[in-house]
Amino acid sequence: MTAVTHRPDQAPPADGTAVTGLPPGIDLKQLAERKVLPLRHPVRWVITALVLVLLANFAQTLFTNPSWEWAKVSQWFFSPAILKGLQLTLLATAISAVVSFLGGIVVALARLSGNPVLSTLSWLYIWLFRSVPLILVLIFLFNLGNLYPSVGIGVPFGPQLAVPTFTLLSPLVLGVIGLSLSEIAYCAEIVRAGVLAVDQGQHEAAKALGIPQRRQFFRIVLPQALRSIVPAFVNQIIGLIKASSLLFYVSLLDLFGVAQNLGSTYPTDIIPLLVVATLWYLILTSAISIVQFYIERFYARGSVRELPLTPLQRIRRTVAGIRSTPQGNTIA
Amino acid sequence: MSIAIDIHNATKSYGDKTVLKGVDLTVEAGTVTVVLGPSGSGKSTLLRAINHLEKLDEGYVALNGELIGVRVHGERLKERREKDILKQRSKIGFVFQNFNLFPHLTILENVTEAPISQGVKPKDAREHARTLLARVGLADKEGAYPRQLSGGQQQRVAIARALALEPEVILFDEPTSALDPELVGEVLSVIRTLAGSGKTLIVVTHEIGFAREVADRVVFIDEGLIVEEGTPAEVLSNPKNRRTQDFLSKVLA
Repeated sequence: MTAVTHRPDQAPPADGTAVTGLPPGIDLKQLAERKVLPLRHPVRWVITALVLVLLANFAQTLFTNPSWEWAKVSQWFFSPAILKGLQLTLLATAISAVVSFLGGIVVALARLSGNPVLSTLSWLYIWLFRSVPLILVLIFLFNLGNLYPSVGIGVPFGPQLAVPTFTLLSPLVLGVIGLSLSEIAYCAEIVRAGVLAVDQGQHEAAKALGIPQRRQFFRIVLPQALRSIVPAFVNQIIGLIKASSLLFYVSLLDLFGVAQNLGSTYPTDIIPLLVVATLWYLILTSAISIVQFYIERFYARGSVRELPLTPLQRIRRTVAGIRSTPQGNTIA
Repeated sequence: MSIAIDIHNATKSYGDKTVLKGVDLTVEAGTVTVVLGPSGSGKSTLLRAINHLEKLDEGYVALNGELIGVRVHGERLKERREKDILKQRSKIGFVFQNFNLFPHLTILENVTEAPISQGVKPKDAREHARTLLARVGLADKEGAYPRQLSGGQQQRVAIARALALEPEVILFDEPTSALDPELVGEVLSVIRTLAGSGKTLIVVTHEIGFAREVADRVVFIDEGLIVEEGTPAEVLSNPKNRRTQDFLSKVLA
């Protein structure tokens, strides 16, 4: 017998096992031969049903409420004005995203460097542009012509080479600069967090092997940091897409700006125009999320024993599973 | 025999705590030196000071007559530029307790990374790396990633990675301390094959049996000072210092 002690008021189990408190007439050894039943979750089913009913109710209004004006939505969806706004949104976002990623790396490196001048400057930069609202930065930039009517370079108090500020920078360039200035500050912190998350042993191993400093960063540290940088940075890009709608306030017609303008020209179409803008933003965000999945999967190599399945692989595996037994998907 | 490593007055403190109190040590070329000592005695710091992962407050380390990490500047020793230190480090292999393989690179890429970064042609580096991986018994793993290997296999890759630069000296910082007991043997046997191959090895370890069998010299460090050194027979079988005796009786108990 095992060392289990029975309370005096309880008789030892009849079938000779060490388990007490069984209902009478149960042969535990026989139960042990059968598959263990999983726990059921009846409340989940009830909540799911409730949510489905609510969703169905809302879906019904999409068809029955004439104010949605789906005909007008489809009419506006591909209209040249909207597409032009979309183009501006995409352009401003894409340029700002690239500039802010590269700029973010530079500012983060400066912040992490042992050079006190560089790290203080980058701290000040981040402090300034995280403190000032983006819209203020944009409007400031658009009034730059009033503050500095011309920009130039030259010997202080000596001869100058100068051009008028207005001719130098188009509104789009100013808009992209504004978006980038503020994005770089956030991106720098994302990159810095990513670099700090890389194990100290990795820096030491790279040093001990005598790998040159630049290569240490781009080949050893950054690829590992990107694992945590990518999700945060994609978040930032999605924020940037929506932040680009602020360009409307400095008279650039992005997707939101066009929808807003058309809304004041055709006041009866305000709701369908808002729907069009919403749908386009949804499409952009979804596209980015798909790209994110594959980038994250790429940078996960070596970090996990098994990579997550792509949707295509998942479908194939399900199909294969119906036909035969599923197979492992390892990165080896 | 020529002197490979010459350490003089190695002194290091962290804040108020003095970790090395003026260590002097010379190591002959082609020999195996095992460094023993209780935890916190300064043995890892001394090892890391040899390839300048740790900067000394006072004292110097010289490899084949060349000062490592510092240079003479008038009447003082002065820190070298990081770029020059990195070049010097490629003559000294280092094997870490926690392997520190690069997890995002394959086994082959881990071994070729340092040589390629120092201008070796990728094709030649790969060829050499394959020879080294075969030597540590991992020829079939070159395409795997570090996390797919056992601890013992990872440490053997780390040894191949250190060998890839063809260093004259290899430093081992408790190479088996992070391993499950059954994996210690395979790593020690790889280190054993390196002993007597002409390379100078310095091994910080708690494996007394290994020290007895492989070491030419055993150095016992306590509280930042070398308290006893000699052949394994002298230090391990017949220790004279009381602290060495205490330590050995605890480790061998």
